[in-house]
Amino acid sequence: MDFIFEPLNLVTFFPLLGVLALLFLKGRHDLARWVALGTSLITFGISLRVLSLFDSSNPALQMVINRDWIQVAGWNIKYALGIDGLSVLLVLLTTFLAPISILSTWHAVEDRVRDFMLFFLLLEVGMVGVFLAQDLFLFYIFWEFTLVPMYFLIGIWGGDRRMYAAIKFFLYTMAGSILMLLAILWLGINQGTFYLPDLVAQGGIPGDVQYWLFLAFAAAFAIKVPMWPLHSWLPDAHVQAPTAGSVILAGVLLKMGTYGFLRFNLPLFPQATVQLAPAIATLAVIGIIYGAIVSYSQKDVKKLVAYSSISHLGFVMLGLFALNAQGVEGAILQMVNHGISTGALFLIVGFIYERRHTRELEEFGGLWQVMPIYAAVTLIVSLSSMGLPGLNGFVGEFTILLGAWGAGQAGGALGSVWYTAIAAIGVILAAVYILYMFQAMFLGPLTKKANEKLKDLTWRELAVIVPLLALIFWIGLYPKPFFDLMHPTVEQFLTIFQSPTLALH
Amino acid sequence: MPSFTSLDLQVLLPQIVLVAWACALLLVVVFNKDLEPGTVPFLTLLGLLATGVFVLFQIGLEAEGFGGMLVVDGFSTFIDLLLILGGLLTVALSYGYLQRMNLARGEYYALLLFSISGMMLMASAGDLILVFLALELLSIPLYVLAAFARPEARSEEAGMKYFLLGAFASSFLLYGVALVYGATGSTSFTAIVAAVAGGLAHPLYLVLGAGLILVGLGFKVAAVPFHMWTPDVYQGAPTSVTAFMALGAKTAGFAALLRTFLVILPSISEQITPVLLWVTIATLIAGNLLAIAQNNVKRMLAYSSISHAGFILMAVVAYGSDAARFDVVASSLFYLLAFAFASFGSWAVVMALEQREGRGLEFSDYAGLGRKHRGLAIAMAVFMLSFTGVPPTLGFAGKFFLFRSVLEGGFVGLAIVGMLASLISAYYYLRLVVVMFMQDGEPQVVRETWLNLTAMASAVATVLLFVFSEPLFGWAAQAVIKLF
Repeated sequence: MDFIFEPLNLVTFFPLLGVLALLFLKGRHDLARWVALGTSLITFGISLRVLSLFDSSNPALQMVINRDWIQVAGWNIKYALGIDGLSVLLVLLTTFLAPISILSTWHAVEDRVRDFMLFFLLLEVGMVGVFLAQDLFLFYIFWEFTLVPMYFLIGIWGGDRRMYAAIKFFLYTMAGSILMLLAILWLGINQGTFYLPDLVAQGGIPGDVQYWLFLAFAAAFAIKVPMWPLHSWLPDAHVQAPTAGSVILAGVLLKMGTYGFLRFNLPLFPQATVQLAPAIATLAVIGIIYGAIVSYSQKDVKKLVAYSSISHLGFVMLGLFALNAQGVEGAILQMVNHGISTGALFLIVGFIYERRHTRELEEFGGLWQVMPIYAAVTLIVSLSSMGLPGLNGFVGEFTILLGAWGAGQAGGALGSVWYTAIAAIGVILAAVYILYMFQAMFLGPLTKKANEKLKDLTWRELAVIVPLLALIFWIGLYPKPFFDLMHPTVEQFLTIFQSPTLALH
Repeated sequence: MPSFTSLDLQVLLPQIVLVAWACALLLVVVFNKDLEPGTVPFLTLLGLLATGVFVLFQIGLEAEGFGGMLVVDGFSTFIDLLLILGGLLTVALSYGYLQRMNLARGEYYALLLFSISGMMLMASAGDLILVFLALELLSIPLYVLAAFARPEARSEEAGMKYFLLGAFASSFLLYGVALVYGATGSTSFTAIVAAVAGGLAHPLYLVLGAGLILVGLGFKVAAVPFHMWTPDVYQGAPTSVTAFMALGAKTAGFAALLRTFLVILPSISEQITPVLLWVTIATLIAGNLLAIAQNNVKRMLAYSSISHAGFILMAVVAYGSDAARFDVVASSLFYLLAFAFASFGSWAVVMALEQREGRGLEFSDYAGLGRKHRGLAIAMAVFMLSFTGVPPTLGFAGKFFLFRSVLEGGFVGLAIVGMLASLISAYYYLRLVVVMFMQDGEPQVVRETWLNLTAMASAVATVLLFVFSEPLFGWAAQAVIKLF
């Protein structure tokens, strides 16, 4: 019994209770909604409990569960969960966004509500598991499993081209993961364990092998992030997914990619990391600029937001591969920020879509006059997304740019400040497309008749968006508690890159 | 004249029980014209369970009977139990289906038992002659069963095709046996091993013989390029027979393949492995690519079954490597087990939707299943995911274990081909899921307890047993082949 009530087991698997209830529950849709909301709220509560147990001054893995799982015939597979400064914020982000997303579907999903909630809770299990798993086999299970519920969410409740988008999403992501699976097997066979801390401590993977393994892992993660040029699944999946699906997709699923780089690629293959850092940073910077330019050219709001993710996650990747404390910490914080801001943007798009059943920018204009609260909310979120000082986006992006600048000096991982310089242009471009969107939707005269009778946000919708606004301000004005959570872990984490054998450029 | 010992009896007991039961069943059917429809299936179940009990008594036994003709070891017990499980599930699937399709004739079940006894013999054969005899014993009832829906043209065609090509394959096998005999002077595994070890074997004849044996067995497991019969036979045969064939024939074929290759042919692995490698690659690629084009679910599952033969062959390719040797057996057996659940479960769903005269089998007939019959659709989705190898399913564990053997054997390129094949397979498996859940329609579903039960139990097992992969894999790992 103690095993079941381990905090990390609870936070991972509690949503399964809701799944079970939903499987056998018959009756009205409302009940299914309440069951799902209740389950996800309790899960969030459990994650707060995990946070209270979390000792932020301790850089090591905490609340570790490490059980033998498959230990026959030469296998050494463990059931291992653990949390540290790299993952704690992402777990909280996941459990925080889940009830918000569920609440946002209250009227948006009317068809097969029970199944929707069931898949959503399954997805939550997978996502939390990804951030907690410390055994490569277990990690892969959670990682690959998240595809299944997301595939159904897009395919059943999505837009007109949902089937195409769902299959594309699945195949694209799976293509990357199977390469990672081979690399995982290689590690398990040759290093004798799948347990990540042991693998890291053991080290000793020859340099040229590291290179290939790094690329195999990177294939899976880069598709998920998505890094340019592997991003083409993202606009389809995002645009076709239902609002709650987009929120989770942008808010959490994409972070699984960046988290994967951080958790696996960096410590497992330090030599290859140092070797490839400039290449990855180049792709990241291309992504920043490319995402911003493509965003600006969109006519569909949801597509605009979707492409902006490519740009934002380019910043995260740049921060990670700066390989210094500022870069990595900024990247982690920016993962959270992006989850909050872009999640909020997708919710905002969802609100207007439910009212007007269109997302074309041309169909709007002058909405400020009819929906002032909605406009104000959008303004705050937009400013946060473009990185206005005082809001969360600024803190993350600025720290990343500082880190990348540092890494651009002689002896740094990147070896050139051009990365930072070009990325900084991306910040300006972000302002361009975000303000373009805001202007097209809210400013100017109210031209379309259909927009005149639009109702402002309801209480439910406010309840969905206000917690996100609160975080936007909190992180923007006082980010210290968030940095404190990750700082000791990051410091210790980066020591692998200070060994003399890994001479940085 | 060798005498008949009690050990011989002990080794052969399960087969004796099974065959005797099948004969008795045949008599019961002949002399009682008006039996209750459930009597014969019930008796069949009892017979299988009784056989299963005798197999259970053999656990831990490692012996040979009849002068090495028949071998009992962990491997044969594992295969026997898997086949009996398959038999039980087949009976569960057949009962309502045969009545519905107007095929309920008693000899069906007797033929089923005869075929299973042949399959069990395959797994125990310690002599090439016995391999051949067992192959015939398992095949001839299957030929009849495939044509059981007579006078339906498609079923007759299936039986005929299976028979002709099967006879052809048997003759290949026999020719191979003859060549090995010519090379080593014996058909007994013990003597062949001794001859090879003593350097007395004629190398060219041995290799040729082994190649021809591979052809014969490759036909049974439906490996490319010996797969031509599979889609037509799978589609034409009554679906309950197809379900049985998909697991049974494959299991028996691989059992014989593994035992023959591991015991008597490791010395020529250098010559045989390239052949195996290309057969495997062809099977993986052709099976999966052809499956994409199918619009009939039975045909799609037929090609999928070919592709799974390819996956298991991937492990067999590594049979010559010392590092991978025991893993090859364990991971193949585990994969077969994982395949068994998903396979029977998916056939159960197919049968629930099948109508008379081969209707209800197109992809489009599955539209709307997710809305109208949620349980069946979810179960089918689980099977498709297990076939694809997505966690948390047994199919994923099966693939994971399998790929280790391949990597241990040093076949990195083959592993990558296998991964690509998985990716291709995801496309057509998911297509069915898309149709079931994301398109609207009015699927015609027969509500039948046994079908539902089989589908649900298999789905639950596919997910739940994944968590308990350790004991299952441990069991498979103990199922070692006795070497001489």
